[in-house]
Amino acid sequence: MAQEITLTVNGATHTNQVEPRLLLADYLRSVLDLTGTHVGCDTSNCGACTVSLNGDAVKSCTVFAVQADGADVTTVEGLASDDGTLHPIQEGFWEKHGLQCGFCTPGMIMSSLDLLSKNPNPTEAEIREGLSGNLCRCTGYHNIVLAVQFAAEKMNSGS
Amino acid sequence: MVTSSFDYYAPTSVADALALLDQHGDDAKLLAGGHSLIPLMKTRLAEPAVLIDLGKISTLSYINEQDGGLAIGAMTTYSEIAGSELVQSNAPVLAEASGQVADNQIRNRGTIGGSLSHSDPAGDLPAVALALGAQLTTSSSGAHRTISADDFFVDLLTTALEPNEILSEIVIPALPAGTGTAYAKFANKASHYAVVGVAAVVTVGSDGTCQSARIGITGAGPKATRATGTESALVGSNLDDSAVRAAASHAGDGIDFNEDVHASGEYRAHLISVYAARAIRAAVENAS
Repeated sequence: MAQEITLTVNGATHTNQVEPRLLLADYLRSVLDLTGTHVGCDTSNCGACTVSLNGDAVKSCTVFAVQADGADVTTVEGLASDDGTLHPIQEGFWEKHGLQCGFCTPGMIMSSLDLLSKNPNPTEAEIREGLSGNLCRCTGYHNIVLAVQFAAEKMNSGS
Repeated sequence: MVTSSFDYYAPTSVADALALLDQHGDDAKLLAGGHSLIPLMKTRLAEPAVLIDLGKISTLSYINEQDGGLAIGAMTTYSEIAGSELVQSNAPVLAEASGQVADNQIRNRGTIGGSLSHSDPAGDLPAVALALGAQLTTSSSGAHRTISADDFFVDLLTTALEPNEILSEIVIPALPAGTGTAYAKFANKASHYAVVGVAAVVTVGSDGTCQSARIGITGAGPKATRATGTESALVGSNLDDSAVRAAASHAGDGIDFNEDVHASGEYRAHLISVYAARAIRAAVENAS
């Protein structure tokens, strides 16, 4: 039986009828067409589906959309400014080439957002631990760490 | 992956949740953080007809000081516990172990009550609850019950919770003066589940001898358990390296060791003594 949910996604309010078993990841992708949130493993491991739920990074493949009723959700689409200016974390991934295929990148960025919001000056070890719920299968994490360091510096300088 | 269909309820009070539980009986499952239950539902190992989500009951999420110890609401997340200065001060091993569960995103959703109620053989917090001598408060319609952690974990994925009960609060008694705590885990590299994990709570007297010890272990057997052989060998000892090693060698006594793709039973039997010694040494160090 479908249930009505109302939630805020990237600042816009949405009300939809959803089946309780619809996952938040599938709601974002299939109902709202926000396909920046990726589904990788679908088993809470890879972190590609990471979004911000009321300010905390969560794996949206392991949250039902009905659980997010009333919540404030931010996806990777919600980070850049309206004029297209990239968020400092997005800019860091661009400048430091923190990706190859890019599949894991939205999740990496949303986890980095959670990390930097709670720890604005993370050490390299804290960055690696903070991103340990996100898997990159192309190459490695070296440039991803550099991207987060770039973003931390830029966000702290306030520019 | 798509779960079976279910009816979903999100009560905003414990009383409403209990009424739903009474109404739906065995058809219902309680949903806490969902990071054990939802994966089971996606693989259809669990197909509850009704889900009662406790996530909207704000009165189940808190960390309070109580009689020098702690009272923690069952829906408090690992992240909230790991980051709490009150927990870091009154039950440091609980903060330490909560910060080692899985990864950041999962710690943001998973809850202490969910972890204890699920009683996963590789979960971290059951061992910690045992070592801290936690008392678990349950609610059912018109009644409350307190269950000692020692009596709570019954078997693989099985607890002393009755089908009409909700685990509502975890009470952790004050640690005596001179007590140190520590958690040592050999973590699965991918999931960070405990291949073995040991929580140690050790009270050291002014003469340097062990006054009391509670050692909780997880990952080794079908359920979390206390290493009573290790505890009794520690008490009265001078806690030097040979005493710790000798005591830790009993950590696996009586355990029917798990065998799986991650570790043989023989390897777990070896690991549990090594990690018991590490946890005890760290606890003794933290006591000073």
